[in-house]
Amino acid sequence: MYESVPGVIETREAHGETTLVVDPARLIEACLHLRDRLDFNFLSDLSSVDYLGWGEEPVAGYWGNATGRDLNAPGTAALPRTPDPKPKRFAVNYHLLRVAPGAGDARRVRVQIWLDDGEAAPSVIQVWPTADWHEREVWDMMGIPFEGHPNLVRILMEDDWEGHPLRKDYPIGGEPVRFSDEV
Amino acid sequence: MAISAPRIYEGTRIPSPVPTIIEVPEELRRSADILEINFGPNHPSMHGVLRLVLQLDGETVVGLKAIIGYLHTGFEKSMEQKTWWKAIPYAPRMDYVSFQANELAFVMAIEKLLGIDVPPKAIWMRTLLAELNRVHSHLVWLGTSALELGAISPFWYAFRERDRVLDLFELVAGARMHTRYFQVGGLAEDIPRGFFPQCREFCEVMPKAVDEYEAMLTENPIWQARTKGVGLLSAADAIALGQSGPVARGSGIDWDLRKAEPYLAYPDVDFDVPVRENGDVYDRYKVHMDEMRESVRIVEQTLEGMPPGPWIADDRKVVLPPREELHTSMESLIHHFKIVTEGFTVPEGEVYVAVESPRGEFGCYLCSDGGPRPWRVRFRAPSFVALQATATCMGQALVADMVAVVGSLDTVMGEVDR
Repeated sequence: MYESVPGVIETREAHGETTLVVDPARLIEACLHLRDRLDFNFLSDLSSVDYLGWGEEPVAGYWGNATGRDLNAPGTAALPRTPDPKPKRFAVNYHLLRVAPGAGDARRVRVQIWLDDGEAAPSVIQVWPTADWHEREVWDMMGIPFEGHPNLVRILMEDDWEGHPLRKDYPIGGEPVRFSDEV
Repeated sequence: MAISAPRIYEGTRIPSPVPTIIEVPEELRRSADILEINFGPNHPSMHGVLRLVLQLDGETVVGLKAIIGYLHTGFEKSMEQKTWWKAIPYAPRMDYVSFQANELAFVMAIEKLLGIDVPPKAIWMRTLLAELNRVHSHLVWLGTSALELGAISPFWYAFRERDRVLDLFELVAGARMHTRYFQVGGLAEDIPRGFFPQCREFCEVMPKAVDEYEAMLTENPIWQARTKGVGLLSAADAIALGQSGPVARGSGIDWDLRKAEPYLAYPDVDFDVPVRENGDVYDRYKVHMDEMRESVRIVEQTLEGMPPGPWIADDRKVVLPPREELHTSMESLIHHFKIVTEGFTVPEGEVYVAVESPRGEFGCYLCSDGGPRPWRVRFRAPSFVALQATATCMGQALVADMVAVVGSLDTVMGEVDR
């Protein structure tokens, strides 16, 4: 049912969830199609992930598989493995939902776009007004600008805050501490 | 005093171009005497540390801008630094009123990534506690938002029953709030003796208590005058603004994740979803009241239907071994040590899990690189989204009505700012 969505680069199925990787340039087109043709009228969530440093070190964990873990199969636990590489540094995820009675099982879909540092995502505020604060939060926390957002200012941090706290290169405790003997 | 039922507006009221800001029209700015005032972040009638910058024309609010972030604590960043199971106590501390719903979403998301099966007893107990938590949250909402409108008695009545709920939580988990009772794979402990009789007693008391609150407010002319026709939100606007939970159901949207995407034991219990059509503060209040009654119904059924058996999955790579085995089994001791020090690992992948929290869709997006710590934790906070509807609900309201509107959206600032 998602073949007709414009700009789809890749469709993934995992954990019973569908992810549509969309070309950022055609995001608005894809979102309008999903909203108007496929009835995804509700934007549940808009969030971002910073993959800086992803897969640089092998992770000692088990693989897991679609049905869960098989403890008796050799090699499912405690062997180092490098996670699959990601195409770009940032992913922005749009979790869409159909709010309508009798929409069946395929109620949710995740639209994903990939961006490098400094690249802007198109704002979907005209498609779903609820994206307003979500996009401001992503800008504030991750430093991903949204093109076409009418009020892209910080939302959780102070207006004069430096840096974007949820980036992986932003240290925990990165807040400068001021001591009383400082002038 | 007869107050006719309000009529929902036609078209949309979402301000443009910014959906969350009401701008003062230019001609009004020139002709009228506009007073800009700062409301909050600390104000007795403000719902937590929310700050609103208002432009008033007389007593009418003609401009509004919400400023949040005063309670930002960086939960999502902190959780990335913790092992999966040590991150669990962070989740309930965001929305400190509906803590168990948050804990539940986080734990269920980890379980989805792990592909671990939860025993039925844990599923039913989680359902029970989630519903008790809904009652708790609605009671706090009722008490505080009635108080903000000047009705002080419901606050004392509501907090009387709230204390009974907290007693139940204390009995189960040892803590009154932020129970951290949901563990990956099930529950942290078995249900204690004495819980069932005390919970049944609560189920008998609670419906009568809801009648008492309703006797104080529902037909009260002052309450009706303050809430009917105030803070209108149409169904189409509610969906466009991502509203869920009681706010959406007060606007006539028959939508509840417990019915639409059944999780836990909700498919096996019988309950109704209260929906009201008018989309005003009064209808949101009525939805909250009816939901409390339905929650008690669910709690009663889960008490009756509670299956026997283990309360946590038997998966030694994820779940702590039983305490008594530590003294006799070397294997168990090693597992215990490994889980406590290193934590368990979660397969690579990303999931989004949503539960119907007392405030609406509470979502948890997790991303794992296969290691013992989450790569990214993200919470879809219903309060954060509900607060975005303030500007739309306000319309041309009076400044006193603004308090009713903000209160009726049922936001918890800890969750808004995270």
